[in-house]
Amino acid sequence: MSKNPSLKIYAIAYLIFLYAPIALLPVFAFNDSRVIAFPLAGFTTNWFAEMWADNQLFKAFRNSLTIATTSAVIATALGIFAARASTRYKFPGKGGVLGLIMLPMVLPEMIISMSLLVVLIAVGVPLSIFTIILGHVLICTPFAVAILTSAFQSLDRSLEEAAYDLGESPASTFRLIILPLVMPGIISSLLICFTISLDEFIIAYFLGGNQSVLSVYIFGQFRFPAKVPAVMALGFVLVCISVCLLTIAEYFRRRGIAKTGGKDTGGFL
Amino acid sequence: MEPGSTPGRFRNSEAANGLFMVSPPAIYAVLLLAAPLIAMVLYSLMVDSKVGLSSGLTFDNYLKVWTGRIDQALMIRSLTVSAMVTLVTVLLAYPVAYFVSFHVKPEKKSMWLFLITIPFWTSYLIRVFLWKVILGYNGVINSGLMSIGIIDEPLTIINYSLGSMIMTLAHAYAAFAILPIFVSLEKIDRSFLEAGQDLGESKFRTFIRVTLPLSMPGVIAAVLIVFIPTIGDYVTPELIGGGKLPMIANRIEAIMLKQNDKALGSAIAMTAMLIVALVSIVFILLNRRFLRGQSK
Repeated sequence: MSKNPSLKIYAIAYLIFLYAPIALLPVFAFNDSRVIAFPLAGFTTNWFAEMWADNQLFKAFRNSLTIATTSAVIATALGIFAARASTRYKFPGKGGVLGLIMLPMVLPEMIISMSLLVVLIAVGVPLSIFTIILGHVLICTPFAVAILTSAFQSLDRSLEEAAYDLGESPASTFRLIILPLVMPGIISSLLICFTISLDEFIIAYFLGGNQSVLSVYIFGQFRFPAKVPAVMALGFVLVCISVCLLTIAEYFRRRGIAKTGGKDTGGFL
Repeated sequence: MEPGSTPGRFRNSEAANGLFMVSPPAIYAVLLLAAPLIAMVLYSLMVDSKVGLSSGLTFDNYLKVWTGRIDQALMIRSLTVSAMVTLVTVLLAYPVAYFVSFHVKPEKKSMWLFLITIPFWTSYLIRVFLWKVILGYNGVINSGLMSIGIIDEPLTIINYSLGSMIMTLAHAYAAFAILPIFVSLEKIDRSFLEAGQDLGESKFRTFIRVTLPLSMPGVIAAVLIVFIPTIGDYVTPELIGGGKLPMIANRIEAIMLKQNDKALGSAIAMTAMLIVALVSIVFILLNRRFLRGQSK
């Protein structure tokens, strides 16, 4: 490949554009001023203390953790079924069924949340953490299916057949052969669904009733200019957590590729 | 896998196993996605008054939405914003995807992709809010420029405008455009490019005649991946537009929840879905044509 410095400079400039807003988080999270503006006013950790002292934040965070964990587990479990069905079997209506499962990926979230809201109200289900989980499983499942399909696709069919020939039942083959091989895919699906659910706002906002979650809490804080520095501190903490989770997800994804002997082409999606 | 309950040959057939396997996610999607969407279609055909929903079906809501000045203006604004965002995002993203695919050593590619994707797994709300902080009247850009003496008064063109909304969304969806373009560039057989150059085409001509057409499916996927969520974005108009430049999602919320007119709200939502579907179909057809044109 030829060297093209201008293209490389552009790519680096683009990365800077991507990271610049996020780089402001630590700058203002440690800045000793209620106003988010230059010039900077000195170093402080007060905003972290203020954030830490907010009980509502902890309540919202606990709710978010419950929702994200439950949604990630259910979405990944549903994703395993769909990915296995799509990579291993041919059946009538396959395209339509899988299309419906993947549909939330290409549907504006506002429409998903409003249609769910209309039905939940009509049926008489009270809005709570449970209804947020219902919505989050719906939007996480397509991502789980996408990740797990590539994990199942790289499986060598002959390994499975060898297990049958050696007298294993379908169930034990799944547990002993398939599951360990797709385990890295399952873990990265869990982590990514967890991150999506934690970050999701619209469904949590409209389907949560009076239950606050992290994203709704953050959105509420934006109304008070005095709270902004504490939100910057919270944002910085959240970015650090996501980077850790993603690094773990990436590690497992790469290990999965190495395990099944594939070539690394990079990327989650 | 596990045997079904139906006796006979069907029980062990591949089709039965496949259907059995896919049923848990399929049932979930039918109950929580298909059924609510159908309910919404039904709602949109009724009339919501203080007494409750009427039983007769009518197209009145759709007429109201399609001829109403506010609704029309908001649809056009949403379409303009998301079309601009899509254009900006895809144009800015293509060279980056091209660089990573053609100029980065294979062992470093996943590191580049990892760097590109990281910002997008951080809180969307906080990223949008950061743009408000950057572009606001007393924001980072204004205060920064003023403190180094380039400007004396805050710039007002950068806050609460369509331009800043487009900027914010273009930043928010950048990675979604890079990934599909990258994937389609990766699939291109590199010997085609050598062939083009061996046959005397310049590098630029090879790019225009070989690389660009072959990467078109990725570009079209990128267009759809950016266009669909941006047209339904709720947070950016609320935070960056300061509530003064609502888009279609904000309108749906206002009608559905604040005015509590579920029928009219459903009609707006369905219209928005129709627009998304039409645009998607146009691009999918374009993609088909591209693929056919190539195989000629």
